[in-house]
Amino acid sequence: MAAILKGIGASDGIAFAKAYRLMEPDLTVEKKDAADVAAEADRFRAALKKSEAELEVIKEKARKDLGDDKAAIFEAHLLVLNDPELTGPIEDKIKSDAVNAEFALEETANMFIGMFEAMDNEYMKERAADIKDVTKRVLAALLGVDLPAPALIAEEVVVVAEDLTPSMTAQLNREFVKGFTTDIGGRTSHSAIMARSLEIPAVVGTKNATADIQNGDLIIIDGLQGEVHINPTEEVAAEYKKRAEAYAKQKAEWAKLVNEETVTADGHHVELAANIGTPADLDGVKSNGGEGVGLYRTEFLYMGRDNLPTEEEQFESYKAVLEGMEGKPVVVRTLDIGGDKELPYLNLPHEMNPFLGFRAIRLCLEEQDIFRTQLRALLRASVYGNLKVMFPMIATVNEFRQAKAVLLEERAKLEAEGTAVAEHIELGIMVEIPSTAVIADLFAKEVDFFSIGTNDLIQYTMAADRMNERVSYLYQPYNPSILRLVKMVIEAAHKEGKWAGMCGEMAGDETAIPLLLGLGLDEFSMSATSILKARAQLKNLSKTDMETLAAKAVEMSTAEEVVELVQAIEKK
Amino acid sequence: MSKKTFTVTADTGIHARPATLLVQAASKYSSDVNLEFNGKKVNLKSIMGVMSLGIGKGAEIVISADGNDEEAAINAIDTLLKSEGLAN
Repeated sequence: MAAILKGIGASDGIAFAKAYRLMEPDLTVEKKDAADVAAEADRFRAALKKSEAELEVIKEKARKDLGDDKAAIFEAHLLVLNDPELTGPIEDKIKSDAVNAEFALEETANMFIGMFEAMDNEYMKERAADIKDVTKRVLAALLGVDLPAPALIAEEVVVVAEDLTPSMTAQLNREFVKGFTTDIGGRTSHSAIMARSLEIPAVVGTKNATADIQNGDLIIIDGLQGEVHINPTEEVAAEYKKRAEAYAKQKAEWAKLVNEETVTADGHHVELAANIGTPADLDGVKSNGGEGVGLYRTEFLYMGRDNLPTEEEQFESYKAVLEGMEGKPVVVRTLDIGGDKELPYLNLPHEMNPFLGFRAIRLCLEEQDIFRTQLRALLRASVYGNLKVMFPMIATVNEFRQAKAVLLEERAKLEAEGTAVAEHIELGIMVEIPSTAVIADLFAKEVDFFSIGTNDLIQYTMAADRMNERVSYLYQPYNPSILRLVKMVIEAAHKEGKWAGMCGEMAGDETAIPLLLGLGLDEFSMSATSILKARAQLKNLSKTDMETLAAKAVEMSTAEEVVELVQAIEKK
Repeated sequence: MSKKTFTVTADTGIHARPATLLVQAASKYSSDVNLEFNGKKVNLKSIMGVMSLGIGKGAEIVISADGNDEEAAINAIDTLLKSEGLAN
């Protein structure tokens, strides 16, 4: 039956493919008596074999796609799977208690998991997770259900999930995953950001995707309108084929702007830069004509592993990005962990309000070993391109001064060791906390640039958790309060001869762009896939006219009035 | 039975990757291979056993093997510990 789900268009484009549900199956175990214990033990050994074969495939896939480092975890899983201290007691239990293999497995594994979780060594506690993972696989084999193995997808699919975590996304094969849809999430959730960086259409926040879509259903993802069609009628499918072609045509038009500068109708130049997460994203930056990297999120270097990246590993990544950009500016944000981005191996205590807690620069100034390693890697890489360093979550001038002092200390050490460091490296801050926006004039005397992080600035200004859907109506980029803060920051920068950029989602937003141009924003950093569209839009806008528009917008009372104002101009 | 004593030199001790390598090496032999540390003896073919010991830098460990290829097993582990800079 044809059906339509409404959600939030998180990444532009239209995708057609069969549904692949990325869901955990039911692995509930019941205790049963085993009449034939030898047969039960055989069943257990067969499940081990099957699991081993699956893990081998995943390991090889991970090795090929992600490197030896990421494959090492599966190497460890294989050893756990064949661990005689685990498999022996399970077989013994099947025989001595005459129970089913599932029950013997679960009981024995739980004993080990409990033992590892009780250890006071953090590293050991995490090994409990490995045992859980392996046990789950064997249990699935015994119960005859399939575990989702996104790394093994080998045909074109649309992924359907409740939500996609960064580690799940990392396993997705870009060749075959044509789009995805999730039950939860918004435009700024991780899954949405990943979709844009992978350049695949996505609709998030559909509420019912996992309830309504079955494996193998034909799905159309309309990332432009935020719609998901389940088993569409032939008419709808034909209509979408047309739309997909029209979209491809429009993209081809935009593609002609790839080597052009971004100049407005009245000859004003602005810089369109890209937000990236890894050196691999540079291909997208180039193919979309990015004039720089406005935000390099270094968190991904630290995620999906069980220890901190070394100075050398970081240096290689930073160098690759700086060299890849061939002298164009690269703004690297120092580690922004905490909030919705956790690093299990740091073992940070759980917080009631992680977004208001120990994160980003707060963590780096406290855990200086982590911070200094990153700064050294950055300073060493600085000679390979045009590096600018940006500190996240700065709330006070003192925090900036401290961070700068640490950086200067590491620079002095490196120079004393005879290591080359670029002579001038611009130091800037993310403006995402209202306290910083309010005294931007004072910050502007000390920093070299600002980059406004709107995703957080909006959530902190509105006091509305952006992960909480019930207050998502308060996520209002066009609210005059936000526009006024943005205006203050840009004016403060310009007064001191500094530049102001924006690296939040708002910078690539069609409705926001006219306003930001009018407010005088110098650099717009966005998902690479949004750049060409933004360039096409900016070419047709006059900066002088947009200044008038922005001046009116900040005098409006509501976000709705601002949107009406912008749309009226666009219609002319 | 053959046995040999080593002192762990790796900064991170016998964790993660080193433990994986050791268990993989020991599992190639049919002899029983054990690791003794701090009065506790575990099966060196058991990753969970090895990791549960929490062996750190400077620890003294005894590797023993019992079976028809015990010499070969001890030699292989000796080579591995030294070539990976884990112990001497």
